[in-house]
Amino acid sequence: MDNPANLLEIKDLNVGFDTPDGKVHAVNCLNVSIKAGDALAIVGESGSGKTQTVMSIMGLLAENGHASGQALFKGKDLLQMTTSELNQHRGREIAMIFQDPMTSLNPYLRIDKQMTEVVMHHQGLNKTEARAHAVEMLRAVRIPDPERRIRQYPHEFSGGMRQRVMVAMGLLCAPDLLIADEPTTALDVTVQAQISHLMSALRRQSNTAIILITHDLGVVAGLAERVLVMYAGEAVECGSVEQIYYDPKHPYTQGLLASVPRLDKPEEDGLNSIPGNPPNLLALPEGCKFRDRCPKAHEACSEKPPMQLDEQKHAWRCFLGETA
Amino acid sequence: MIQDSGMLKHSLQRLLGLIPTLLMLVTVAFFLIRVAPGGPFDSEKLLPPEVEANLSARYHLDEPVLQQYFRYVGQIAALDFGPSYHYKDWTVNELIAQSFPVSLTVGLSAMVLAFFVGTLLGIAAALRQNTRTDYSLMGFAMLGMSVPNFVIAPVLILLLAVYAGWLPAGGWDWSIAYMVLPVITLSLPAIAYIARLTRGSMIEVLNSNFIRTARAKGLPESTVIRRHALRPALLPVISFLGPATAAMISGSVVIERIFSIPGLGSYFVQGALNRDYTLVMGVVIFYGFLIIILNFLVDLVYAWLNPKIRYDEKR
Repeated sequence: MDNPANLLEIKDLNVGFDTPDGKVHAVNCLNVSIKAGDALAIVGESGSGKTQTVMSIMGLLAENGHASGQALFKGKDLLQMTTSELNQHRGREIAMIFQDPMTSLNPYLRIDKQMTEVVMHHQGLNKTEARAHAVEMLRAVRIPDPERRIRQYPHEFSGGMRQRVMVAMGLLCAPDLLIADEPTTALDVTVQAQISHLMSALRRQSNTAIILITHDLGVVAGLAERVLVMYAGEAVECGSVEQIYYDPKHPYTQGLLASVPRLDKPEEDGLNSIPGNPPNLLALPEGCKFRDRCPKAHEACSEKPPMQLDEQKHAWRCFLGETA
Repeated sequence: MIQDSGMLKHSLQRLLGLIPTLLMLVTVAFFLIRVAPGGPFDSEKLLPPEVEANLSARYHLDEPVLQQYFRYVGQIAALDFGPSYHYKDWTVNELIAQSFPVSLTVGLSAMVLAFFVGTLLGIAAALRQNTRTDYSLMGFAMLGMSVPNFVIAPVLILLLAVYAGWLPAGGWDWSIAYMVLPVITLSLPAIAYIARLTRGSMIEVLNSNFIRTARAKGLPESTVIRRHALRPALLPVISFLGPATAAMISGSVVIERIFSIPGLGSYFVQGALNRDYTLVMGVVIFYGFLIIILNFLVDLVYAWLNPKIRYDEKR
């Protein structure tokens, strides 16, 4: 099954957290892979396990969290690595951009220090070379007057500027894989568009694969080719942007798409929403996790539905929409 | 550069603000000590009225209180605390000049020791959060905070001076041997407090988003701690240092008594008991001055550590 073309291959990933109330099953038996230069979007509502999936492969799970399964990066399992082995890859080959640009930069250090330390550590550049490279990256993310700005502290930057700094910081070592965890969620809409344009431009330049985590389906369409829909820690549907947007097979994906507000619909229809709440991750139901909220649920759903795959590599976990 | 000159201006303003604060302190202390019953020349044996009158006239105690007050304020404006009423032949300036260096030496050594040992232990505990190391370190810290120094001191004397005979049990001759026990005794509670403070703030900082970013960069954990976590984790410790240092370098009555150290601390008590008005005023003003100066220094260090504060002051 090992496909050398895959940059990252996640196999049977489980992520759990020990809490005083019991074990929280954040990610359950997830399989997904990404090729070099590809862009994959992971979508789903809060608590669907998107963030914990990437945290586990970055080795950044909280103290009480543990991951099992495999996350093969260039054939080597990230989950089995010690912190120091992981540090050979983190920041150099795999970079991550976090959700909250306001708190993800160190408020006590100049941008200069925070950027140069990455290349000085991974590529052994000296201070001058590192600074020059960092200035260049800031210019690439269109921060005006980067020579001056690099000497400033994070609080002297706006939210959108800080996220650009985060993007620049992530791309410093020209990583093979860039993980962006809701990079635009905390930003206003125009800045969101700028950041996603920026990421796709930079991706074309350096052939960096991107995993984009978001719950904003609009951002997905602009940036990714493939989409993974997660629900209650499971992959429920995976396919190209076209397949997911125009031919969603899973009722959850259909519900998600129906709840996107549209300008071309009459106002009196109001906003669609999926009734109910995601299941409790402490005690997941048997069978299909979505059946309590699913308008198309039937008896068969009390058993775990199979992952179906059509010829166009469109996969979904439901009894419905069966292929012949 | 603009930033630096703003800082300088700010510092000068703060130092000027010292004057009204000290004046308020002088006023309150001056009247409080005079409200207390008894006077500097009261004793078991009544003095003949003419002697008492002479004494009062000599020290201007026969003047109306307000006149005394203004005379005193004028006097301290010239940095003269006047003669001690009890330690005849000594001025308060001389008493402070003679005893403060001793207290400063002991107190500063204790504080430096407490800062380094306390932060190191706190960081060690934070990095091994909820392990046996953490629990035992914090257990000791709790002990260090709750056992009073008049218990620690005799125990240390007994063990290290009397039984082991390594160190003198008390006394003072400016040599290290005489400093060891008082410095340890004085620093233990501070070590304990700083360790707990550091542990708490370090744990909080290590859970913050920017530490996660630093880890995602693939930096070694030691670099993450040193470069990214240490500075914010030390901020609460720094703000504790100001008043704590003032208290330590102005001398501890208990420790000076137990170890027979000729420090400043005993004058606080002796001055008050003897109604030695000038001495009490002298040490109170001196202590107030120390507190204000040290808090000012803490604010400077704070601004140096925290760029956000620097920026706000600039505006």
